[in-house]
Amino acid sequence: MSGMVGSRPALTWVVNISALLLVIVWTIPTLGILVSSLRDKDQLAVTGWWTAGSSNKRNLPAIRAPGPETAVQDGDKWVLEGNVFDGSGGSIEAFGISSRAPTAFEPGASAELRRGGTLTVNADGSWRIEYDEARDGGRGQRIFVTATEPPKFTTENYEKVLFAEGLGQSFINTLTVTIPATIIPILIAAYAAYALAWMEFPGRALLLAVVVGLLVVPLQMSLIPLLQIYIGLDNLLGLQGGSGFAKSYVGIWLAHTAFGLPLAIYLLRNYIVGLPKEIIESARVDGASDFDIFRKIILPLSFPALASFAIFQFLWVWNDLLVATVFLGNNEEQLVLTGRLRELLGSRGGNWEILTASAFVTIIVPIIVFFSLQRYLVRGLLAGSVKGG
Amino acid sequence: MEERASTIAGGLAATGPVAAGAVKQKPVPVIPVRANPLKILGLVLGIITIAIVIATFVALVVYSLIAAVFPMGPLINASLVVILGVAACFAYFFGTNWLLDRVYPAQGDAAVANMAVTAQVRPWLFLGPAVVLLGLYLVYPVFNSLWLSFKDVNGREFVGTANYQWLFNDPEFRESFFNNILWLLIVPAGATLFGLLAAALTDRIAWGNFAKSLIFMPMAISFIGASVIWKFIYEYRGPDSEQIGLINAIVTFFGGDPQAWITVPFWNNIFLMIILIWIQTGFAMVILSAALRGISEETIEAAVIDGASPLQIFFKIKVPQIWGTIAVVWTTITILVLKVFDIVLAMTNGQWNTQVLANYMFDWMFRGGGDYGRASAIALVIMAMVIPIMIWNIREARKDMT
Repeated sequence: MSGMVGSRPALTWVVNISALLLVIVWTIPTLGILVSSLRDKDQLAVTGWWTAGSSNKRNLPAIRAPGPETAVQDGDKWVLEGNVFDGSGGSIEAFGISSRAPTAFEPGASAELRRGGTLTVNADGSWRIEYDEARDGGRGQRIFVTATEPPKFTTENYEKVLFAEGLGQSFINTLTVTIPATIIPILIAAYAAYALAWMEFPGRALLLAVVVGLLVVPLQMSLIPLLQIYIGLDNLLGLQGGSGFAKSYVGIWLAHTAFGLPLAIYLLRNYIVGLPKEIIESARVDGASDFDIFRKIILPLSFPALASFAIFQFLWVWNDLLVATVFLGNNEEQLVLTGRLRELLGSRGGNWEILTASAFVTIIVPIIVFFSLQRYLVRGLLAGSVKGG
Repeated sequence: MEERASTIAGGLAATGPVAAGAVKQKPVPVIPVRANPLKILGLVLGIITIAIVIATFVALVVYSLIAAVFPMGPLINASLVVILGVAACFAYFFGTNWLLDRVYPAQGDAAVANMAVTAQVRPWLFLGPAVVLLGLYLVYPVFNSLWLSFKDVNGREFVGTANYQWLFNDPEFRESFFNNILWLLIVPAGATLFGLLAAALTDRIAWGNFAKSLIFMPMAISFIGASVIWKFIYEYRGPDSEQIGLINAIVTFFGGDPQAWITVPFWNNIFLMIILIWIQTGFAMVILSAALRGISEETIEAAVIDGASPLQIFFKIKVPQIWGTIAVVWTTITILVLKVFDIVLAMTNGQWNTQVLANYMFDWMFRGGGDYGRASAIALVIMAMVIPIMIWNIREARKDMT
């Protein structure tokens, strides 16, 4: 195409580099939490995730040596020995014997302890305390070290959030909400869309206009009236606590179904109305009822449109926080992933190993769906918005 | 992912071949005689009620039976509830149509009269669940919210315009309203601009589709997930420690002082908006890129022959031709912005002057046990801001469809 920039190498470079920059800026935030969620939590807390691949210098938590009375006689000294690293490797940069001067000594130097004896910490982490005579009791000596550690990666954070922080259960809860809330509206909308596209009845144009109008009604309008209906229904039927409508899966399925219907009907109706008229008419002439035509002809032909809507609805329901907060409880059996993440953000605000791993667990399924079905998603977006898509 | 509502907004401006075709493709009427409308109404209501009652009843009985026989773990219980819920829905459509064909068979002496009745009843059986759900969950609540906004805390006593008077004198409401206007000005502009840039760039490079996928990806991420991602970027540590947040690390690298970005009034609003722009740019890019590719090549070739530079071609030839699509993207994101809630809730919960209407409404819904009157009044303000777009949408759609 002559409008392309291929003919000017300098401009091609500018375009490529600008695009690369844009992609990097858009990708880095997500990359950040992915890398962080796999790092050791102590390293994550003190160094930036972009340094994850290099060695880390940090102050390790102070360790306390065993009590002096446990020292073992070795020649004319009484000795305690150990290693500050539990087999994980690293090297000591400096050490100290008080919290005021934690980096007072070089590795290999020997520090005079306040109550007699000497402490030596070597570069490989091994330490040795020597006393001139046997001791009886007193607290163990505290050892402060600054160490360079090799990068540590672990899946520990994921194990922790899935099994100890309740994210595993929330994952199941989210699935329980999402699957029916995706399938039911497709079914209901497909029938309605067919009726609006190919069946004759009074009020059709009005109904279409209403559907289009409802597309933009903010959910905020519906929350309070619906909550009142649900609670009223529970009182009427004498259902209380766990068995009621107000905090039940059926309640939220219906809510998500209804909120998704305007888009579903609109998208599907536009698609179905464009199917070839001849097929439908010849089927009618052959004596097929509308129900058969819909089931055997329209539904299979509408697959691309159904898939587009299914992805929209899936992403929307999976990622929803508002509807779930209002219509589901926040107990163990009902808290969905987004709700759990919000709760963790409040209670574990500083624990980035928990937050990054949790965030990744909540976004991984939509991202997989997104990348594998992107084609349909784009087609759906375009069907809704571009002239001649 | 309020994307779905958004797409639509856009959709309304569509004058695609599909919508245009509709005019010529009106279904052929197959109804020879019209039956009594009351009879039709009675039939429709009767069949729908019977079907819903039976489907619900059977689903409940099956569930209780299985639950009584097998002790279930939560996972099996959840799957069972899922399967039964979906099955009940299928059963409704099969059941109603079976019932209709049984009562009015298309055979025998009365076949013609029967077909006339079924032809009038069946559309409503197809539409039944959709109409009931839309009416109950979206239409009724609009009027009910309007009514509730004139009532007290519990929605019992009528209080006139007291809620609105309180609203317009409430400093936090003014703050939310002001912030919402800011969001409305900045986010659609930012997302559309970056979307246009991304579309223009990725359409010209060999690895364009790969780049598009990556820029589009944030759209799959929940607002709350995105908030965690960006909170990590804005993370602040005291000036003496190493910064683990990317922004502060960059600032300190260039010799600046680290800041707790989301607590700096006014600017923190911008930092929250960046999150939504990050999410929405991909949407704008996909749609604008399709529009750019739809531009006829003749106009571009003519410009090239006249010696226009690539930048001139882009801004003077291409952009003017896709104004319609830009407007669609802009309105779509505008509607989304009006409803933005999760990001503010997760990042600041309205502290440090970042409150917005949707979060303020949510807040009043539960504050002190919930003030339904005030929360409804705030919801009405959001609704009022959406109405112009809604009317425009309906008018465009009617032009295309009817």
